[in-house]
Amino acid sequence: MKRLRYTLWFVVGLAAALFGLFAYQLSQPKDEFVHSAMVGQPMPAFDLPPAVESRPGLSSADLADGTPRLLNIFASWCIPCAAEAPQLEALERAGANIVAVAIRDRPEDVNRFLAIYGNPFTRIGSDDISEVQLSIGSSGVPETFVIDGNGVITYQHIGDIREEHVPILLEELRKAGS
Amino acid sequence: MIAEIGLAALWLSAALAVLQLVGGFFGARDENNELRALVRPAAVLQAVLCVISFLCLVWVFVITDLSVKLVASHSHSMKPLAFKISGAWANHEGSMLLWITVMAAAGGLIALIERRLPERTMMATLASQAFVAIGFYAFILLASNPFERLSPVPTDGNGLNPLLQDMGVSFHPPTLYIGYVGLSVAFSFALGALMTRNVTPDFARVMRPWVLAAWIFLTIGITAGSYWAYYELGWGGWWFWDPVENASLMPWLAATALLHSASVLAARDALRTWTIMLGVVAFSMSMVGTFLVRSGILTSVHAFAVDPERGSFILALLALYIGGALVVFALRANTIAEGQRFSITSREGALVVNNVALSAILGIVLLGTLYPLLTEAFDVRVSVGPPYFNPVSAIFLVPMLMVLAVGPLLRWRKDSLSRVKWPVVVSGAVTLAVLVAVALLAEIDILPLIGLALAAGVGIASFMPLRGRRLRRTPLAIWGMCIAHFGVAVALFGMAADSAFQQERLVAANVGDTIEIGPWEATLQSISPVAGPNWTAMQADMYYSYEGGDLMEGHPQARSFWAPPGETSEVALITRWNGQLYAAVGNMAEDGRWQLRLWWKPFVTWIWYGGLLIALGGALALVGRVVSDLRRREAEAQGEARAYPDEAEYADYDDESSVPAAETQS
Repeated sequence: MKRLRYTLWFVVGLAAALFGLFAYQLSQPKDEFVHSAMVGQPMPAFDLPPAVESRPGLSSADLADGTPRLLNIFASWCIPCAAEAPQLEALERAGANIVAVAIRDRPEDVNRFLAIYGNPFTRIGSDDISEVQLSIGSSGVPETFVIDGNGVITYQHIGDIREEHVPILLEELRKAGS
Repeated sequence: MIAEIGLAALWLSAALAVLQLVGGFFGARDENNELRALVRPAAVLQAVLCVISFLCLVWVFVITDLSVKLVASHSHSMKPLAFKISGAWANHEGSMLLWITVMAAAGGLIALIERRLPERTMMATLASQAFVAIGFYAFILLASNPFERLSPVPTDGNGLNPLLQDMGVSFHPPTLYIGYVGLSVAFSFALGALMTRNVTPDFARVMRPWVLAAWIFLTIGITAGSYWAYYELGWGGWWFWDPVENASLMPWLAATALLHSASVLAARDALRTWTIMLGVVAFSMSMVGTFLVRSGILTSVHAFAVDPERGSFILALLALYIGGALVVFALRANTIAEGQRFSITSREGALVVNNVALSAILGIVLLGTLYPLLTEAFDVRVSVGPPYFNPVSAIFLVPMLMVLAVGPLLRWRKDSLSRVKWPVVVSGAVTLAVLVAVALLAEIDILPLIGLALAAGVGIASFMPLRGRRLRRTPLAIWGMCIAHFGVAVALFGMAADSAFQQERLVAANVGDTIEIGPWEATLQSISPVAGPNWTAMQADMYYSYEGGDLMEGHPQARSFWAPPGETSEVALITRWNGQLYAAVGNMAEDGRWQLRLWWKPFVTWIWYGGLLIALGGALALVGRVVSDLRRREAEAQGEARAYPDEAEYADYDDESSVPAAETQS
């Protein structure tokens, strides 16, 4: 009987531990994002045709020329992408070199999008089948990656860039350059 | 106005639950307390008011009263009537109201019908039921009011998630909830018996039909849910080990174990504490499941209301009820005298193996479900899927199924294996023969292979208990057991056959193309747009022929809903006795070809037939038990039978015995 009693208190303790775990997890901020496993890895090789006539396309070689860059994954049909446009321009004004990949888009739509929301990009590749997007582990638009001068992904920002993210991205860019 | 009536009815029910708790508490302490008289009426009235409240919610959904926030955010005037109705519970608030309604109805039914328990135990049981209900009333009324009004009133609603606009949702959640929440009865009975120290065979006989009823609904609910996921999600799978699926499976495993251990308690007065423990665990698993689903703590397709505040509320309820029950259990369990002893080779012994195996599988599923949560606390993200669940549960499932084949043949208390030698040899031989034959003829994985062999063996063994009986005089409960066990074999066969022999093809097809899959030829005749009440779709008109036979039609659709916007895949299913052809249509590629996904799934439907057979077996056993109980009461009333027949006779009467003694007497 005594042993039974200890077993039972053990069950009570187990339940308490379980509730503790639940409570801890509830109090944690829930991170719904799936982060790319490619952070810290070199860019996979690719070569994308230009998305618009006014800018050249984008290849992996362009990203390994010694200059750290921001790589923005966007699409003209994506509303948060329009929302983050002012922040991208702010980043550009702060000296960031920004390249972009347009996902499943048409040249005329991209042109219209850039005419309305501005064009902070030095290069825009056109990714019609999401191949580059998938290969760098991006699960949606918009996303912004920091690529160092050797073409290695050092940071991933998921979702639209808000004002408070601008200094963070600049800091990551600075770290990638040093 | 209707919404206010619903809300008022709910507040009144909550107040009645408090009355029921107080009355039940004093009634359990002192049989002569006058408050006792209030308890049963309070429970019944509470049930009636809850049902009224629930009907009010359904009504505001039917008339699309957009001034009710819940309607505005989950319904739409253009939605078909059936989905307006089911929309009432296809959301967080509505489903919690359904939860409490089922709980109140279960309590009301016990109060109305159950007269066999000692009054003090009954009072303690109803008090426990009210105690648990009060927490959920508080949760609904304070943190998820379904009748909240909205001002200004929107012009139209947001609509219902397209995945939920399916007849399956009209049927699956209510059935599942009746089972899920019906188990609260087991919890309350267990606590009632524990508090009044009345863990007796009579108690087990009283509890068993209630648990059986909840278990039948749970079985049907899980079966229906699995089929719904299978055809609605369009992924061709029937079980995904999704946290919510696990949340419904865990109470089922506990309740199945409970049913079997209650049989031991009823017939042989053994396994007393264990039975009580399972009663507590079964409903605790329902509550843990609700918590996991509703708090958004785990990611799941069912998580339609992710709200940490609600999560904390349910967690507090969980800690109070489960923690409280376990503490009462730990304090009281050693005051329950040890039950009868028995030998390993006996019916009890087999049922203990069944219980250990079911509990182990329950533990495995619980661990697998919570493991991501545990590792996340250490910043490691993992997802646990079939590679863990399937083989690890098989470790316990295989011995359990072997015992399932033998156990029902054994006598209570003490038996020898040599007595049941022949039936065991026959089922064992069939299992081995199938194992060898399939292994030689087809190259399949080890788990499906074992599954096929065991399905054959168990299928035959499940009817062995009928051997030597006069079939027309065999009690319904025995038939029920045989059919339920046979259902296990049928479902297992479906699962094994599907995973061993299923074929899949993903093709890009032009109109006019013919695709071969297994014994089938499927031809894409045309693609045409079709429109429904609140959706449009691209429909593939396809013809299928099995081994060159007659052409059959089937029209998979890719549907686009506009309120709210979303897409679903309506699959075409061609069902034969030996399996299903499953066709889904995807998007058009740039070159004008259409994505088609085809599966040939041999015997997949047997999974759900098996599930229904298990439920049918349960239903037969329930009817058999209730009928024999009514007869006994009648006989007792006429004074023809002794009021309390002794244990062994009672066991025969109840047909707990494996020996067809009743026949030799007649």
